[in-house]
Amino acid sequence: MAQPFHELQSLPLPLLRDNVDTDQIIPSREMKSTGKTGLADGLFAGWRYVGASGRDPEPAFVLNDPRYRDSHVILAGRNFGCGSSREHAVWALAEYGFRAIIAESFAPIFAGNCVRNGIVPIVLDKAAIAHIAAGEAPVTIRLDEQDVTAADGQRWTFAIDGEAKAMLREGLDAIDLTLLQSSEIADWQARDRAARPWIYLENRA
Amino acid sequence: MTLFDRIWRSHVIAALPGGAGLVAIDRIFLHERTGAAALNALAAAGRSVADPARVFAVTDHIVDTRPGRTDQTLMPGGQAFITETRAATRAAGITLFDVNDPDQGIVHVISPELGIVLPGATLIAPDSHTCTQGAFGALAWGIGSSEAENAMATGTLRRKKPRTMRVTFTGRLPEGVTPKDMALALIARHGAGGGAGHAVEFAGDAVRALDMEGRMTLCNMATEFAAMTGMIAPDDKTFAWLEGRRYAPQGADWDAALAHWRTLASDPDAVFDREIVIDAATLAPMISWGTSPEHAVAIDGHVPADAEARVLSYIDLAAGAPVAGTPIDAAFIGSCTNSRLSDLRQAAAILKGKRVADGVKAICVPGSSRVKREAEAEGLDRIFTDAGFEWRESGCSMCFFAGGESFGPGARVASTTNRNFESRQGPNVKTHIASPATVAASALAGRIADPRGAC
Repeated sequence: MAQPFHELQSLPLPLLRDNVDTDQIIPSREMKSTGKTGLADGLFAGWRYVGASGRDPEPAFVLNDPRYRDSHVILAGRNFGCGSSREHAVWALAEYGFRAIIAESFAPIFAGNCVRNGIVPIVLDKAAIAHIAAGEAPVTIRLDEQDVTAADGQRWTFAIDGEAKAMLREGLDAIDLTLLQSSEIADWQARDRAARPWIYLENRA
Repeated sequence: MTLFDRIWRSHVIAALPGGAGLVAIDRIFLHERTGAAALNALAAAGRSVADPARVFAVTDHIVDTRPGRTDQTLMPGGQAFITETRAATRAAGITLFDVNDPDQGIVHVISPELGIVLPGATLIAPDSHTCTQGAFGALAWGIGSSEAENAMATGTLRRKKPRTMRVTFTGRLPEGVTPKDMALALIARHGAGGGAGHAVEFAGDAVRALDMEGRMTLCNMATEFAAMTGMIAPDDKTFAWLEGRRYAPQGADWDAALAHWRTLASDPDAVFDREIVIDAATLAPMISWGTSPEHAVAIDGHVPADAEARVLSYIDLAAGAPVAGTPIDAAFIGSCTNSRLSDLRQAAAILKGKRVADGVKAICVPGSSRVKREAEAEGLDRIFTDAGFEWRESGCSMCFFAGGESFGPGARVASTTNRNFESRQGPNVKTHIASPATVAASALAGRIADPRGAC
């Protein structure tokens, strides 16, 4: 179960690039086991370390800037999290300590994976993101109010659908939620089985 | 009503707050890269797979593609992904198309080959290119591991309804221009985020004219457009393709299914949230120049004058430079985008009787074991090997680098894959994505080359 999210204040880490893909967030070569943990070390490995398999920090990469050591928020450009559906990208971000990402837009699979792992995907426009980045100061994110407030008091609201908001706020498990509707699902399947018998494959294996 | 809405409505079991739906999932396909993780997590939580007969798995992502393969893989630690997926699928009662199964292949190649994807069905897989299967008029989309667990445990997913978009390709595609070029042109014009929030239906004369394999290539790239999925209304080509496939309906079921499938189209007056129209006759072979699929131009085009410095530095090209003529170190033909029989024929037509340029490492990886057998029956393997290509066992292979095989640090590769991301195909590898024809012509020339006139 993901950690519930209510309010967060943090200096945002500026990664103001477009199309940051999940191969950059967690390169496939860093997905070393079939588990969901041990991934933070490989977060942004290609940009963060010198050389493909090394662990010497690349000083020019923002994640290695000591000012952002305790950042829990990433500021990015458009189409953040595009590419591979690997949930490892979100597991790595969450394990490293990120709880929210503010971007101009997100790739859909990535945004869905964020919600399931306690990371809030927040869409703001380019001007707002530039304003926050220029401030180099902590922002406050409130999920109930769906707003982001910069240190200078400027405030923006963001959209998030009700289901995602509820899951993030309560740290709910989607499977538990769904199993509450088991009988409704069974009834639907019984009707569907009559209407579309060809969909069911028990006797075809 | 749109095709998307028809399938969506027929699968919503219950409305959820905020416009989401509890959506029935008809088919789930796992692969060894994430399958064990999902199944193990499910088991650890004490949950079981609700209907294992409608869940399938395959070893494609990191399985070795060199001849004579075993569970051993060049990816460090890769073998565990295969053996754990084998154990977990067996325990759950899920059909696995294993390493040396005659039906093994890339998930989005074998699912249609086996008739697992069907028109009007919902199909999900923890793989972003699941949208490929929308070519059959299915609602097919990629998800993460947690959602795969959710779908297996409950037979459903909780999902916000996307907006709808129709992308119409009017007119006729010129000779030498392929579905891959259609997809790259769309993404170059409208951005890698252009389809965000939408389910895309591809329509128009140029789409109807495509064979099923071409339709799969077009739908495959919908995820590079940030769309939830791409889909094409099923027609007689679709039905003919599926008839007799192993998991497709048979007998009376087939007749009943067919009657239902014939209703699966957007109404003539259907309203889409967004429409894009592209004249197919104006398209040319496309080539990517940068590190996103939106960084693509016609083969006789130039790197944009205002290209981002970071991207230029990575790809080692100058703003304003022509893309064609750039020397390459390697050529790769394969992946869920372009590894089907028609793709291999397209490349072989250009390679026949010729040799790749000196110093070019050239590899062809058929999309499935069946494609490989069929290609060999036609003698395509000999055309590839005579031209200097390696001829591999099927799998995702070098579409992405998992720590094993690569083209060498910094190599420049012409590739039929879908992603030209930084280091996607290996450390600092510079990838130029294009059609099989363009990659074949480039392999022969030793530099990025126009396939038109290369036959």
